[in-house]
Amino acid sequence: MLILSIETSTQQSSVALAAEDRIVAAARLGEGRRHGEFVGPAIRFCLDQAGAEPQDITGIAVGTGPGLYTGLRVGIATAQTMAMSLRLPVVGLSGLDVLAFQFRHTRPLICAALDARRKEVFWASYRPVPGGVQRVSDPQVGAAEKLAAEIVAHGEECLVVGDGGVRYQGALEDAGAQVAGIEQAWPLAEHLAELAIPRFIREETEQPTDLQAMYLRHADARIGWETRGRMQGGTGDS
Amino acid sequence: MLVMGIETSCDETAVGIVEDRFTVRSNVIASQVELHAPYGGVVPEVAARAHLDQLLPTIDWALVEAGCRLDDLDAIAVTSGPGLVGALLVGVSAAKGLALSQGVPLLGVNHLEAHVVASQLEFGELEPPLLALLVSGGHSSIVVWDGSGFRQLGATVDDAAGEAFDKIARFMGLGYPGGPVIDRLSRDGDPTAVDFPRPMIHDPSYDFSFSGLKTAVVRYIREREAAGEEPDVADVAASFQEAIVDVQVKKSLAAARAEGIERLVLAGGVAANSRLREKMAADCAEAGIRVLAPSVRLCTDNGAMVAASGSNLLAAGEVSALDLAVDPSLPIAG
Ligand SMILES: [Zn+2]
Repeated sequence: MLILSIETSTQQSSVALAAEDRIVAAARLGEGRRHGEFVGPAIRFCLDQAGAEPQDITGIAVGTGPGLYTGLRVGIATAQTMAMSLRLPVVGLSGLDVLAFQFRHTRPLICAALDARRKEVFWASYRPVPGGVQRVSDPQVGAAEKLAAEIVAHGEECLVVGDGGVRYQGALEDAGAQVAGIEQAWPLAEHLAELAIPRFIREETEQPTDLQAMYLRHADARIGWETRGRMQGGTGDS
Repeated sequence: MLVMGIETSCDETAVGIVEDRFTVRSNVIASQVELHAPYGGVVPEVAARAHLDQLLPTIDWALVEAGCRLDDLDAIAVTSGPGLVGALLVGVSAAKGLALSQGVPLLGVNHLEAHVVASQLEFGELEPPLLALLVSGGHSSIVVWDGSGFRQLGATVDDAAGEAFDKIARFMGLGYPGGPVIDRLSRDGDPTAVDFPRPMIHDPSYDFSFSGLKTAVVRYIREREAAGEEPDVADVAASFQEAIVDVQVKKSLAAARAEGIERLVLAGGVAANSRLREKMAADCAEAGIRVLAPSVRLCTDNGAMVAASGSNLLAAGEVSALDLAVDPSLPIAG
């Protein structure tokens, strides 16, 4: 078993190659907005380090969001065409699931929160179960105050993880939550692979066309006059 | 030699397969027009989401139409700019996934060059020097191709031609996209009914400006309405279209004459406009210039033009690396 794992839904992009029991190779970029340039060479790097060829890959795991829309699509588009071309099964997992999974040994209630820009966060709550975590609320998007209110309502000890927690640390701590540090604030491809491998073993996989990005927000309906005008040095005023 | 071309720079998810640089094996387009119509223009995030949804089925369809499999492809070409960044990234990422897993070269294509190169799919090897009028929703320019590279002689200083069509159609409540609607309406209108300005027509440069014309149309309609008259929609459309076409044809001819060029390519989505094709053909015939106007399906955004341009790059050994970046404002001249 050799699983290629791609997670590009946050400002940390990462790629990993995993065997059933270990991470074989991994690459990571802590620079937002360059997902598109990073992913291809990172996959090539991991394959080279593992002495493997694309044909040796047996499955592809990919982060499906929520997160930064552009980065998210880079990962999904790459995973889809590779799986199509190599005729491989895929597993798509939310970055929130992966993030919470990284903290599965810590608290009875874990809230994964990613920065959603526009003064909002994406979040979902989890409880540890044997071998992982279980999501106890649907992923949603909203102001940090709304998340803080939800934590108060839970009325129990809660650890908020992710860059959304770090960003709104003050408000969340005021609500009684503990906030994990920036060191592990993003879902990583190696953890995504770890979480996906049991699904590949149980054959709980999907077709590449089944992969859906989780946006949680309607598309911003602004016409691209500006962008279009700029292509030709225009002013783009409408 | 089979090259697949992927195009996702704006509002068409398109994939084409070209054999040996000149033969179209398939040219499949999944249009998003209906998704953008309620907004009267292309919404970047809507476009990017639709590209992701449409790309795999479109690739599949292009392979079926071409009667080949992914394993048969010799290279993957993709538009890397100019265009909407989020939209471009979907195509480029998908192309990298294909190139990497198939072990074939990746070819980053300039969308504007691809519009010009599309002509080789109908007219064979293009003979330099060539003048091209490149007009669409995102670009309007006059360029020269000398056999090795492109040189821009002029471009719009404000709106692209297609954008002017869209905005006027939106103002007149004619729907979206504006080009085809105005083209159709104009057939029943009198192009001399209203004498709209021909912006910059006497300017010695080869630049265009359409924003003043747009303002003039809006002002004309408001004045008629204020006077209690119902403006004749077909006449306004035809007169507006005539003004835009007039400027483009005159500037193209002036540039061809000044550069001593005898072949002119009509390229881009607005090159599908029937009046532009007609007037360009008539005026060029008079001036002894040959017009290469590919069929409409090769003028609007399509994958075959990207595959053709990629085939040329492959033949020249100009292969892209896997870290190929998108460039939303990639110019035609390097
Ligand atoms: Zn175009």
